[in-house]
Parts: sequence; C-alpha cells; structure tokens
Amino acid sequence: MGVIWFWIVAAMLVAYVVLDGFDLGVGVLHVFLARTEEERQLMLRSIGPVWDGNEVWLLAGGGTLYFAFPLLYASAFSGFYLALMIVLWLLIMRGVAVELRMQIAMGVWKTFFDGLFFFSSTLLAIFYGAALANVLRGVPLLPDGYFFLPLWTNWQMGIYPGILDWYTVTGGVVALVALSLHGALYIAVKTGGDLQFRARTAAGRIWIALCLLTVVSLPASVIARADTLNNYRNYPLTFAVPVFVLLSLFGMIYFSRRASDRNAFACSCVYLTTMLVGAAIALFPRLLPATTGPVYDITIDNAISGPHTLQVGLIWWSVGMALAVGYFVLIYRMFRGKVSLEGGGYGH
Amino acid sequence: MDALLLHRIHFGFTITYHYLFPQLTMGLALLIVALKSIALWHKNERYNEAARFWAKIFAINFLLGVVTGIPMEFQFGTNWSQFSRTTGGVIGQPLAMEGVFSFFLESAFLGLFIFGEKRLAPWAHWASAFMVFVGSWISGFFIIVTNAWMQHPVAYRVLPNGVYEVTSFWGLLTNPWALIQYSHNMSGSVITGAFVMCAVGAFYVLENSFPEQGRIFLRVGVIAGVISCVTQIFPTGDLHGRYMAKQQPAAVAAMEGLFTTKKGAPIVLMGQPDEERQTIDNPIVVNDVLSFLIYGTTRAEVIGLDQIPRDQWPSPLPLLFYSYHIMAGLGTYFVLLMVVAAFMLWRGKLFQSRWVLWPLLLSFPLPYIANTAGWMTAEIGRQPWVVYGLIRTTQGYSKYVSAGNGLFTLLGFMGMYTVLSVLFIVLVYRIITHGPRSGLPATAPKGTPVTVA
Repeated sequence: MGVIWFWIVAAMLVAYVVLDGFDLGVGVLHVFLARTEEERQLMLRSIGPVWDGNEVWLLAGGGTLYFAFPLLYASAFSGFYLALMIVLWLLIMRGVAVELRMQIAMGVWKTFFDGLFFFSSTLLAIFYGAALANVLRGVPLLPDGYFFLPLWTNWQMGIYPGILDWYTVTGGVVALVALSLHGALYIAVKTGGDLQFRARTAAGRIWIALCLLTVVSLPASVIARADTLNNYRNYPLTFAVPVFVLLSLFGMIYFSRRASDRNAFACSCVYLTTMLVGAAIALFPRLLPATTGPVYDITIDNAISGPHTLQVGLIWWSVGMALAVGYFVLIYRMFRGKVSLEGGGYGH
Repeated sequence: MDALLLHRIHFGFTITYHYLFPQLTMGLALLIVALKSIALWHKNERYNEAARFWAKIFAINFLLGVVTGIPMEFQFGTNWSQFSRTTGGVIGQPLAMEGVFSFFLESAFLGLFIFGEKRLAPWAHWASAFMVFVGSWISGFFIIVTNAWMQHPVAYRVLPNGVYEVTSFWGLLTNPWALIQYSHNMSGSVITGAFVMCAVGAFYVLENSFPEQGRIFLRVGVIAGVISCVTQIFPTGDLHGRYMAKQQPAAVAAMEGLFTTKKGAPIVLMGQPDEERQTIDNPIVVNDVLSFLIYGTTRAEVIGLDQIPRDQWPSPLPLLFYSYHIMAGLGTYFVLLMVVAAFMLWRGKLFQSRWVLWPLLLSFPLPYIANTAGWMTAEIGRQPWVVYGLIRTTQGYSKYVSAGNGLFTLLGFMGMYTVLSVLFIVLVYRIITHGPRSGLPATAPKGTPVTVA
C-alpha cells in the first residue's frame, strides 16, 4: 500500500511539473520572446484558461501527501519553512500577474505585471529545482522526526547544510533551464509566424544549456549522496529511465528542427517526467533521507498513514482522478489549436 | 513574543483575509446561476449582461481566493506540524478531496465560463456557471468537514504510534457538526453575495447610472437576501447554537458571558466581560432567554464557566464574547433590513424608496464582518484545544519554527496582502464605475411600456 501511495504522490507531482512547468516557462521567456504588445497578449492567452487548473495539481498533490504520509508533510513543510513561504509568496505574485495585467490598458501597469510575472516564474522554477535537490541531498533530521533548515549557511553541503547550497542551486538552475525550454516548445505549439519562429530559435539555444546541465546533474547528485545509484545497480532495468531522458532530450531538438512542434513538446514532457521518475527511483523507499544518519531517514514505512485511511483514500482518489482527467481533456480540447486575440474573456 | 501565540496569529490572520474572498464567490456563484437561469428561461439578454458583469467581479474575487488559499493548505504543515503529523490521516483526507473533487472542477469550468461564452451554446454556458457553483460549494463542504472534525472529532481511532486514523469515512463526512455548520456557513456566504449585489444595485439606482441593471441586481439580491438572512438565524443558527451548547458547554458559557451556572439563565445583549472578577460590566440583560433558546424552556439549567476548570476556558475570552455578539447583532439587523426591503419590493416601491436604498448601499461591509466574527466565535470557542478534547493547541504548533521566523513571514503576508487589497479595491471600483455596458440600447426601445418591479 505504501509503495502505491509513493508512486501516486510522485505521479501527481510529475503532473504538476509537466503542466504548470510550461506556464512557468512562458513566464520566464515572455519578456525575451515577445516584441509587440500583441505577442505578449498571445503568450499570456496561451496559458490563460489553463494555468489555474495546472496549479491545482500542486494543491491536490500536497493534500494527498498530507494524508498519505503525514510525518513527511509535517516534517518537510516545517523544516523548509522559509523556502516554502517564499514559494507561496511567489505563487501569489505569479497568479496575480497573469490575471491582472489585462485589467487596465496602461503601459506602466502592464510593464509592472510583465516584470512581476517574469520575476515570480523565474524564482519559482529555481526554488522547485532546489527543493528536489534538497530532498535528494537529505536534511539533518532529529530523532523526533523534525528538522529546521535556514535558507542558506555557507553554501556547502555537509550534515547541517542550508536550503540553498551549491548542489541545490545547481538543481535550481537545471529546473529553470528545463522549464524555460518546456515553455519555449509550448509557445511554438500554440502560436504561429514570427513568434513561433523565435520560440523555436530560443528552444534550440536553451537546449544546448540543458544538455550540459543534464550531464552535470548526475555526478553532482552522486557527490551529494554516494548511494544515489544503489537502486539502479540493484535493479538494472531501471536504467531504462535515464535512457529515456537522453532519448527525449535528443527528440526535442530533432522534432523542433523539423518544425514538428507537438512532438518536440511531447518529448519535453517525457524528459521532465523521466528526470523526476529517475529521482524518485534514487530515493525509493526513502521519502526524505537524513544527513544525520540512515536511522533517521523518513521512509515509506515510518511515515505511512493507517491502513483504513489508505484503502478508502484509494477508492475516492481513483474516482476523483478519472473526473479530473476528464475535465482536463475537455478544457484542453476546447482551447486546442493556435491562440488568437479574438473572442475575449470577461476579464480581458 | 511567544511562538505559540505567533503561530495562532499567523494562521488566524491569513485565514481571515482569505475568507473575505470565498464567502463572496460561493454566494455570488449561486446568484450568477440564478441570473443565467432567468436569462435562459425568459430569453432575456439583460440578465445575461448582468451575469457577465458579475462574472468580472467573481473572477477577481476568485483569483484572490485562489492565491490566498494556497498558503492555507501549506500552513498546516509549516506552522502546525505536530498537529498535522498526528491527525494528517484524518483531516488530510478532506483537504486532499477538496483539491481532487472541487478545485479541478472549478478551475476547468471557470475557464469555460469566462472564456467560452461565444464558443458554447447558451445551455452549455449556463451549465458551466452551474458547475462553477457546484465546485465552490463542494470546496466549502470539505473545508467544513475538516474544521468540524477539529470541533467535534468523530469516526477516529488512535494507532499505537499515537497517530489518528479514520474508522468510518462516511462517519467523517456526515459528522453532525459538519452538516449544521455547513448549512449555517453557506447561508452566510449567500448573505454576503446578496448584500454586495444589493449595494451595487442601490448604487446604480441612486446614481441613476445603470438603473435598469440596478433594478435587476436589487430584485435578485433582495430575494436571495431575505431568504438567506432568515435561514441564517432559523433553522441553521438555532441548530448550531443548541448543538454547540451540548458539545462545547465551555464555549457557549464564554460566548454568552455566563460566569455562573443558572436555572433560567439570562441572555446578555451587551456588556464587557471581566475575566478576573468574573462579571460583566454595564450589562444589558434579559432574564431566562438563554435557557429558552438552548432548551426550549425558561427554567432549564445552563452550565456556566464556574463548572469548567480554569485551564479549559477558551482564550482570549473577551474576544470570543465580542465576536459572538457582533455576529448575532448584525444577523438580527440583516433580517430587519432585508424584510423591509423585500416588503417594499413586493409593494413595487423599493426603487423609489431612498430610505431603504441608502442602508442597502452602505451595509455591504457588514456581512463580511459578521461572517468573520462567526468564524472567530467557532475557532476561539474551540480553544484551548486544536482538536476538541483530544489535542491541546499548545501541542500542535511547529516547535522548531522560532518566533522570529514566524514573525518574519507574518509581516511578509501582511505586506503582501496590503498590496493585494489596494489592487483589489482599484479594480473592483473600475468594474463598478464602468458598469454592465451592453450591446443593447441603454433604455427600452420606444413603444415598450415602462414597468416598475
């Protein structure tokens, strides 16, 4: 049961990263790609009807984590206190920036929210990457299952690191680059003309950076935790995951060069998914490793909720997910194809 | 500063600010469905315009509800980690269900409702409005289930490692406290929606800027208002009070300022509780009424604070007393105002009666105050427990998050929410002054008989 819930939570967080990832990527890139007011609006319009639904995956995933692994939720959320609060503030800024920009047709107003959208999206991407890197590196768990990390100390790893050290910042940069590329490929799917052309060009450049960072991230993770590869050594089949990482990485550039934007975007989705699944395999069956010694690790077994909770949870979760997937199919079909500026919504 | 107090203020401040928005969107969602239904049924484009206007106000409130709501789900872990760790298996469940069953639904159909009117058939657009309403009301239900379990824990057992688990999922969802609290709370949110709609309507009529739309808003707002204000007191408020008196006698004694147990207990209409000397200063009292309200007979005995151990008194007690009295006082005023307004509407005189329109215009902040005060009554009344009778609030907070860190983020939220408030007021002001512009001529075409009401 614990293993099922481990992968359920992982799947929800993957869905969040893949879906909200392109919203964030658009946020990072829109200041560089759009040259006219019309192009800015097109980029925003491409995520307008969906960003809020995408963000729900974070909430639903967080809620699921809460009841399936209460110890992990309690320990990690209070331990990463400051970083989490900053993420919450950035999420507030991002949502406000997307929705309020079009409310007043005034240059200063729009420029302000463009800046806010860029700022919040960029930092969110970095913090998400750093968060994952924190989990992979481990935290100084105390015997009672809690810990508290300052935002930074001396930027070095060790038994008592900060939330930000050289490894987690590297993770943040990987996430920023990967999500920017994801956003560029999404824009190429959703727009046409000059903007689409520029999005493809940008994707080509960001891709080079991502290749380098993908290659760097593996040895960095091994430095962060020597046992990162244990599961891979014990179950060689899992090496399929990094193979897919590389295939999808090359798929992105292959399809993008041939103007097959949907396939390129699909490869980016596969890339993000397999990177995260790869991290999950490295962790399994731990949820949050301890830098203070493996006896203090938070694992599936010591964090899992009671059996009845999980059985009932599985039933409603399946029903709810079927419904949610249905809504997503409906809304993405409704707003499929290239975006245009005609047929405005009420707030715009 | 004491860390526990800071964590309480942290959650209290962020949840109070957050709930300013959902209380309007939940109430307004129902009223928008009403407007869309009339538009569809009578093929009346004016009502579609009205719905479109309110959708703009809804969208901004919804946005602020979303962005201020996300921190709530995370604060259980960040600021109340000990509580989350032991009870996550129970209350994490309705919180996750809110995300899975409500937020996905709401976000998808709000997208369709806001962006899709031109692409959808009229009935499908109506349906998207209806689904937004359903989503927001489901969301409210799961939050109430969560809170109700903290107020009145049911269907649980404690596992050997000290963690709580649900024994009956159905029992959790049908917690009697939840059903009563839900009806009271939702009726309260319709009051907010109705008062806001009435205020904008009264403004347009008094200002004579969009009088036709103003009359539509007043008509729908007053009818919804009079129904919700009455149900707020009877049956929902009445049931809530009596159930609470049975389950949380300490809270009721403190709310009512009843320091000594009495047969024929009086109701204190006004006064200032003095916790040390255990008296009410400057009391305005009606004898026997409290016994009657709770037990239906004037001779019944009501437990006072003298029978409650001092370490189980809710704190801060005076704030609880005032919250409850503000809520109840405003609730009574709402019924009076809405009954008068409904009477005038029925007689066809409302739109000319400036002495009713002015109070309708000025009263819109009051339901916000009443709803907030009601929640403060529930939450302070629950003290000193985080889960009533089981876990004390002192055992719930994040012990490794220092007061300094807590204050830092509290100030951060205060600053950020101040900015949000300014943006919100500017944008809503613009929407209201811009008004429900239409494709139709501003006045009725010539030859159409002008009717009032």
